[in-house]
Amino acid sequence: MTTTDTTSLTEHVTSLSLDAHVTAACFLGERAAFALGDGRVVLATSAEERQEIAAHEGAVQVATHDAAHLYTGGDDGLLKRIDAKGAQETLADEKGKWIDAVALSPSGAIAWSAGRAVKLREKSGETKGITAPSSVRGLAFAPKGYRIAYAHNGGASLWFPNAQAAPEFLEWKGSHLDIGFSPDGRFLVTSMQENALHGWRLADQRHMRMTGYPSKSRSLSWSHDGKWLASSGAEACIIWPFADKDGPMGKAPRECGVRRARVTRVACHPKALVVAIGYDDGCILMCRLADGAEILVRRNSAFTGPISALVWDKAGARLAFGTEAGAAGWLVLPSG
Amino acid sequence: MSDKIPVTVLTGYLGAGKTTLLNRILTEPHGQKFAVIVNEFGEIGIDNELVVGADEEIFEMNNGCICCTVRGDLIRIVEGLMKRKGKFDAIIVETTGLADPAPVAQTFFVDADVGAAAKLDAVVTVADARWLLERLKDAPEAKNQIAFADVILLNKIDLVTAEEADEVEARIRAINPYAKLHRTKNCAVPLDAVLGREAFDLERILEIEPEFLDDGDDHHHHHHGHDHDHHDHDHHHHDDHHHAHAHAGDGLAESGQPHVHRGLKHYHDEEMQSVSARLDGDVDPEKFMPWINELTQTRGIDILRSKGILAFKDEPKRFVFQGVHMILDGDLQRAWKDGEKRECKIVFIGRHLDEAAIRKGFEACAA
Repeated sequence: MTTTDTTSLTEHVTSLSLDAHVTAACFLGERAAFALGDGRVVLATSAEERQEIAAHEGAVQVATHDAAHLYTGGDDGLLKRIDAKGAQETLADEKGKWIDAVALSPSGAIAWSAGRAVKLREKSGETKGITAPSSVRGLAFAPKGYRIAYAHNGGASLWFPNAQAAPEFLEWKGSHLDIGFSPDGRFLVTSMQENALHGWRLADQRHMRMTGYPSKSRSLSWSHDGKWLASSGAEACIIWPFADKDGPMGKAPRECGVRRARVTRVACHPKALVVAIGYDDGCILMCRLADGAEILVRRNSAFTGPISALVWDKAGARLAFGTEAGAAGWLVLPSG
Repeated sequence: MSDKIPVTVLTGYLGAGKTTLLNRILTEPHGQKFAVIVNEFGEIGIDNELVVGADEEIFEMNNGCICCTVRGDLIRIVEGLMKRKGKFDAIIVETTGLADPAPVAQTFFVDADVGAAAKLDAVVTVADARWLLERLKDAPEAKNQIAFADVILLNKIDLVTAEEADEVEARIRAINPYAKLHRTKNCAVPLDAVLGREAFDLERILEIEPEFLDDGDDHHHHHHGHDHDHHDHDHHHHDDHHHAHAHAGDGLAESGQPHVHRGLKHYHDEEMQSVSARLDGDVDPEKFMPWINELTQTRGIDILRSKGILAFKDEPKRFVFQGVHMILDGDLQRAWKDGEKRECKIVFIGRHLDEAAIRKGFEACAA
């Protein structure tokens, strides 16, 4: 790619070398946090000033965050909560079973899965659990109401933790991996083993098949207005329109950031119709949905591996990233 | 060399000695670090830093292929292990005694992410010399495991007489004449007999010959008539084979030394057999590819393993393929050498194979 005809933000990026797979990244206050494949969590305010926390014996397999905490699930079976000062607290111990998925509710409850076990820890500390039909790799809380969706082989299930009823089963053949609700709660979307996304309109359980990916689509991100779903898995960011009542049914997706590299992570800006796109060659672009205009954030690199983590802060002023080979950093958008 | 992590699959019926072999591999002074994936309800006492409990979740692929199953847990675990890349050198998957090896093997061909990160090295089956004959009668899983194997350890050999051992080996050979077979006590084999086999590497499928080639033997049930004209040729190839495997410390089975197998009876297993066919000269890829695809699509449930080395018309390179049920993996390999006889060989191991039809179909592909 030439940089002469592409606007570049590369000079606004702070880079770190972390020497382990970056499982997840986020911002905790002023600090950027990175959860790593060797069990460490690194908190950094600059390239030089960083704090390392030995959080897990093995790898951090999954993580999620809110404004104040990073929650990490490891293959040591521990679920931990880490704050901006680096203090850590163990929330659960699955006795050596891997933590495979973790999700936060808007009200502060946390859910995780370990194999077929799906567990929930209320804000009060009370825990509940349910057993899924097969191992669960994706968990999500509904944006409204107290519901947890989990993806598994043969479909997805909706669990109402406060109800006695059995979970509602949404059937679709194949193995479902990641899962997420649309911000308005109308749609539930999973990524699948079969290089496709599957969606359900929850009102009537109408199916939506989103296919055509050359590989698995393992990163999904909703635009802030809920009208678009950005996805990885192709040599462009694939963006499905969800504004209509029928979602993307019968519509072609948009593509942006078309390059000769596979998109591995996508992250929609929290306030603008802009998506950050990470590729398997280490490149990161920002793309405006309206016209596809691109801005370079990070150049591709033969040595730092595919982008494995990409996340905005809540205000949309900073973008943190990490790669499979242990490169990491963050962009601070120039103001004005 | 690719930096894909090699994966060894250990199978074997209940009590045959899989865990013994696993612990032997792990405790030998080899300097290698292994990630071990075991069934979480299986035996315990595995002496290794990185042991992962798996659930053996068999998922059907939603792609219309009825026998196309994968191990969902394996996809998840391999993906998770890759976050620790650099911390281990190889993966060992120990299956339960009742497991079918096919979904494990298919996972490496069907899942692109797993296939990019790791490569299947070999399926190693541990068989109980004392009880295998019984299991072959009453346990279809045991027969699958023998048929599927690249390496077979005929274990607990100290618990049977020499005659009984010969009998079991002959029964194994009736099902799978191609696997490397080692008679063992307490699974004592050199590590390179079970690791680093590259049995699924197309580059390493140098030759496909039964392991029990006896001089002048004309009793091979599935190695009929016209082969025998080429015996000299076979042996020439065996020499080549040896050079390629110069590291082998297991020359016993690898060399196919006649005395090892002398006097083995030749059985025919009514259910599971191997069929091999050979053609002098070239095949026409326009005929062969549709035929092999059709065969594996329609008979893929019954065909457990397949392999072939082919001379395509007007193609200077050898075409090599291998398959697991309906999944075929093929590529052009090295060029045919000057003076090397161009010929085509295919091998199938499976259930109730129609030998005459396979042979006829293959011969019709001749260029």
